[in-house]
Amino acid sequence: MNVLLAIPLIVPLLGAAVTLLLRRTPRSQQIASVLTLSVVVVNAAVLLWQTRDGAIMVSQAGNWPAPLGITLVADPMAALLVLTSSVVLLVVLLYAIGQDIGGLSRATPQIFHPIYLVLTAGVCLSFIAGDLFNLFVGFEIMLTASYALITQAPTRARVRASMIYTVVSLTSSILFLTGIALVYALTGTVNMADISEKLGTAPPELRMVLALLFFVFFGIKAAIVPMHFWLPDSYPVALTRISAIFAALLTKVAVYAIIRTQTLLFLRDDISTVIMVVAIATMIVGILGALVQDDINRVMSFALVSHIGFMIFGLALGTAAALAGVVFYLVHHIVVQATLFMVNGLIRQYVGHTSLRAIRGLTTVSPVLALFFFLPALSLAGLPPMSGFIAKVALFEAGVASGGTLAWTGVAAGVLTSLLTLIAIFRIWTRAFWGTPRPDMVEAKKQLRSGSNLGGLHVMTAMTGVMVGVGLLVAVAAGPLIDVSMTAAEDLVDGRAYITAVLGEEGR
Amino acid sequence: MTTPSLLLIITVAVLYSSGFYLLLQRSLMRVVFGILVLGHAANLSLLLTDVAITLPPLLGGPEGELSDPLPHAMALTAIVITFGVTTFLLALAYRVWLGDENDEVPDDLEDRRISSLTEPEDSS
Repeated sequence: MNVLLAIPLIVPLLGAAVTLLLRRTPRSQQIASVLTLSVVVVNAAVLLWQTRDGAIMVSQAGNWPAPLGITLVADPMAALLVLTSSVVLLVVLLYAIGQDIGGLSRATPQIFHPIYLVLTAGVCLSFIAGDLFNLFVGFEIMLTASYALITQAPTRARVRASMIYTVVSLTSSILFLTGIALVYALTGTVNMADISEKLGTAPPELRMVLALLFFVFFGIKAAIVPMHFWLPDSYPVALTRISAIFAALLTKVAVYAIIRTQTLLFLRDDISTVIMVVAIATMIVGILGALVQDDINRVMSFALVSHIGFMIFGLALGTAAALAGVVFYLVHHIVVQATLFMVNGLIRQYVGHTSLRAIRGLTTVSPVLALFFFLPALSLAGLPPMSGFIAKVALFEAGVASGGTLAWTGVAAGVLTSLLTLIAIFRIWTRAFWGTPRPDMVEAKKQLRSGSNLGGLHVMTAMTGVMVGVGLLVAVAAGPLIDVSMTAAEDLVDGRAYITAVLGEEGR
Repeated sequence: MTTPSLLLIITVAVLYSSGFYLLLQRSLMRVVFGILVLGHAANLSLLLTDVAITLPPLLGGPEGELSDPLPHAMALTAIVITFGVTTFLLALAYRVWLGDENDEVPDDLEDRRISSLTEPEDSS
């Protein structure tokens, strides 16, 4: 039993129990959750260090040999994603703590901390699960925590939105369960490495139907067009700290699951045309939605949908170069999306809302805020030298290299989407940040700066700054990151290393 | 017995179709029932994976034959999850009803407003 693989799952769950017991003493509760997440971050860093050369770490719970027992697997992709997610989770946690210290939020911290840590455990388990059923359990842990989080500080709008969110997520979970049942009926196993071996001999038609089913229910969670309607309705309504985590992580976990299952379990060629068409539709439809919204949070939610399309596009190409681009894109997008939602939270603190109709001159109100918005926004649109540029170039290069009408259409759609993203961002910039501030905004700022909540506001701003810094770091460290992504992609394209690592040489 | 029972297959099919039908209704209560029915359908389809599902899973049947215990374990886990989430959904539906005195899924106001928009108010 490798402890490194158990920690991302067990420590947050223990931390959740501890924070639940400490709910009467807010300060020690905050320390406990920060400590817990720090352990996860360090652990994830070690995990990535050990898998950076393409090694695959496997842990069989209770020493039951695969495919009988519960298998936890960390390949470079999983390790990289666990690290990125835990860093984002830690920074957003500190941001939330700052908000609570300043008394700037209507959330219930006593409930927030335990559930947040449970969410962490769910996200980590989804990344390192080695069998389908544990992937399902990881998803359920994550989703159940998210159902509770989205209703924090319940208002009418929030309850409505969370109803939509819960029902849609549950539907996809039930389809997931059906998918597991069908795969189990066909292969008699739920271990992904084992399924991969046994599906190879299954009739291609059956395999294609299963691949489509898996694509659909993970696609619902990843908000792929045409299954994206729930996302812009539910994410913007939640508290900022929560929508930041949801936008950064939950859809990305689903994208990870799509990539893992489509590359490892199914021969990708079965449905790659479908995936490509859907990816192009996702890019275009999402960004067109973003262009007509007039709430910053909703613009960002639609942009999120559209940029999921880029990752799916990379998967549809399926070459090692394309998948390396996808892995890098995942890291970049998790960080940038979290930053933008944190900035939106700060805007909400200053102005009280995020509607573009009633915000003007934010640059004058808070120049730092303008900078914090501008950098990640440019990265999202893919301007050099930001991380988004590197990620997009990697994907476009892979698209051009594989050629064919569909791949070229995908590249064209990607370029168009990047341009439209830029327009959407400049729309926000000119409306909200430019111009002379409205008098009530200046008044609100004075009130915010003079009150007792100034310390909390400073922590929030600092944490947003840290997140912007992490985004810049992704761009600066792009060289090593691309190397790791490349190794991860090679493991993905050639599943044999994964299968051997899990089942062992003699198990095959 | 080498094929799953036809009765079970028909039951699963009926449960899935009625579950999805209920899910598409506008009343939240029916939506919750739809989720419940779908949950049962998925659990039953887990049981369908084993052709010898009528045999006992641990101590052997007439000739020491066993059924596969794994689908039972998976169905149990799934039942627990569905049960917990259904309770949460019921509470949520109650909150919606408390807030609005009805439990219909509303039209999306934002979308309707945008579609009726001719030009932005703020043209300065």
